[in-house]
Amino acid sequence: MSVDLQTVKKIASLARISVTDGDAQAMVPELNNILGWVEQLGEVDVSGIEPMTAVIPNTSRLRDDVVTDGNVRDKVLANAPQAEQGFFAVPKVIE
Amino acid sequence: MMTDLTNLTVAEIRDGFRAGDFTAREVAEGFNANVAAAKALNAFIVETPDKALDAADAADSARASGDLKPLSGVPIGMKDLFCTEGVQTTAASHILEGFVPTYESTVSGKLWAAGAGMLGKLNLDQFAMGSSNETSYFGNVISPWKRNDGGNAALAPGGSSGGSAAAISARLCPAATGTDTGGSIRQPAAFVGISGIKPTYGRCSRWGVVAFASSLDQAGPMARTVRDNAILLEAMSGFDPKDSTSLDLPVPAWEAGLSSDLKGKRVGIPQEYRVEGMPAEIDALWEKGIAYLKDAGAEIVEVSLPHTQYALPTYYIIAPAEASSNLARYDGVRFGLRDLPDGAGLQDMYAATRAAGFGPEVKRRIMIGTYVLSAGFYDAYYTQAQKVRTLIARDFDRAWESCDLLLTPTAPSAAFALGEKQADPLAMYLNDVFTVPASLAGLPAMSVPGGLDAQGLPLGLQIIGKALDEQGVLNAALAIEERAGFTARPDKWW
Repeated sequence: MSVDLQTVKKIASLARISVTDGDAQAMVPELNNILGWVEQLGEVDVSGIEPMTAVIPNTSRLRDDVVTDGNVRDKVLANAPQAEQGFFAVPKVIE
Repeated sequence: MMTDLTNLTVAEIRDGFRAGDFTAREVAEGFNANVAAAKALNAFIVETPDKALDAADAADSARASGDLKPLSGVPIGMKDLFCTEGVQTTAASHILEGFVPTYESTVSGKLWAAGAGMLGKLNLDQFAMGSSNETSYFGNVISPWKRNDGGNAALAPGGSSGGSAAAISARLCPAATGTDTGGSIRQPAAFVGISGIKPTYGRCSRWGVVAFASSLDQAGPMARTVRDNAILLEAMSGFDPKDSTSLDLPVPAWEAGLSSDLKGKRVGIPQEYRVEGMPAEIDALWEKGIAYLKDAGAEIVEVSLPHTQYALPTYYIIAPAEASSNLARYDGVRFGLRDLPDGAGLQDMYAATRAAGFGPEVKRRIMIGTYVLSAGFYDAYYTQAQKVRTLIARDFDRAWESCDLLLTPTAPSAAFALGEKQADPLAMYLNDVFTVPASLAGLPAMSVPGGLDAQGLPLGLQIIGKALDEQGVLNAALAIEERAGFTARPDKWW
């Protein structure tokens, strides 16, 4: 499988990274080079093999259903590029 | 004249300070001065001399009152991937420039609670993606080492923990934190002639560490000696309920358990690591390592890890896939950079912010990750890679039936010059050929200096151990350290 210019633009859009035509054009051979290389994995016989989920056996834990955190609104907003009246502010979404 | 305190190891600083040979303040002042005088290395993104002095003064008071902690008097460097409360944390990216966490990562918090002081935040490859420290938004870290050919080529300190490696090697700090996703502690340690250990996945909490690939990311120490690594790792490890993959196990007394007597240990030599085109010097170093371990009492056995050749392509699907998901959080809304073109809507703002804030290698990996996770390709790439990852982990399990540890070179070459491999991402990725398999299997692995190559540059040997056997790894590394007698250090030019 290889990617073309249109696919690269589509991936960039999915990844929410704006690219110029020139950027996208330059990425086509770069990505194909990497994808062509990783495709050698297709030759490995994986019949009956489960995909890895946890690399070191570990048990999922439950904790008590109690509030252990919170009431830190100002800390949460402290690094926001734009915060107003206790909220994150973004460009208008609905006309 | 008093000994230069900045030449001391962590253990020597700790013990000398306790014995009253010098004050913690003298130590901190010495390292602060070295940091201030080493701008040419670009090892630090932020310097925090006052933090180092504050911790030193607290240590001096604690000594007076008999209230010492394990790392009292020891200043360290902190890789700028660990969130530090009140101190800018960037992951060497533009998108996080100016981000000042309101919380402390678990690992850094444990180190401060153990009495350590912070000299500053260390440069790295952007979001820990790189093997040469050339992807940092804040500029390349320059290795303190030079080739002995009379040339003056600036060399890569390795990556991604390149700032940590350069700073320790240049005596700007006695030890530092690193993180290792596919070799980011071990390869830079090898490039600058120091030691570093990536513990078993889950030993060190990932909470508060800027995420790259969550199923692979592990923090670990870097320092000049094996003992120092044991000391630091004890302080950094331990169960953390805030990290769902943290192991709920007691932290062994690794320093007290150090022993270079390897009688009864079997060390495997994986035949698949004899890769084509490997420099003869790397092969010779490996043979030296084998001789050292034999001399320490170990039995050497040949083992096979048949899926080794697939480790790198597996890694370069899984790590970008996880990265594309983890880095979705950088959206210009909650923290970091916002790029809002005139009249732009929310979606345009996301795309413009991410285009302006991420460097080329980060974008490349997000793109690859997005592609392999996209509808129609998920099974062919991602599921296949996770299956091969199972096979790679199984290879190690089978090897452990005939041996206790593995010995390999850390990297396929000595440090390369800055710029030398930048044009070809694949050539750069191949640097991690020996370190990635242990990462995929979550195993503890350590690099220890083995010697110098003909150009006078350090070469590292890697010990890989069974899950949770950091002690075995440290002990074999100690056996190599004692026999290699590595004392070389870079001549000061900076």
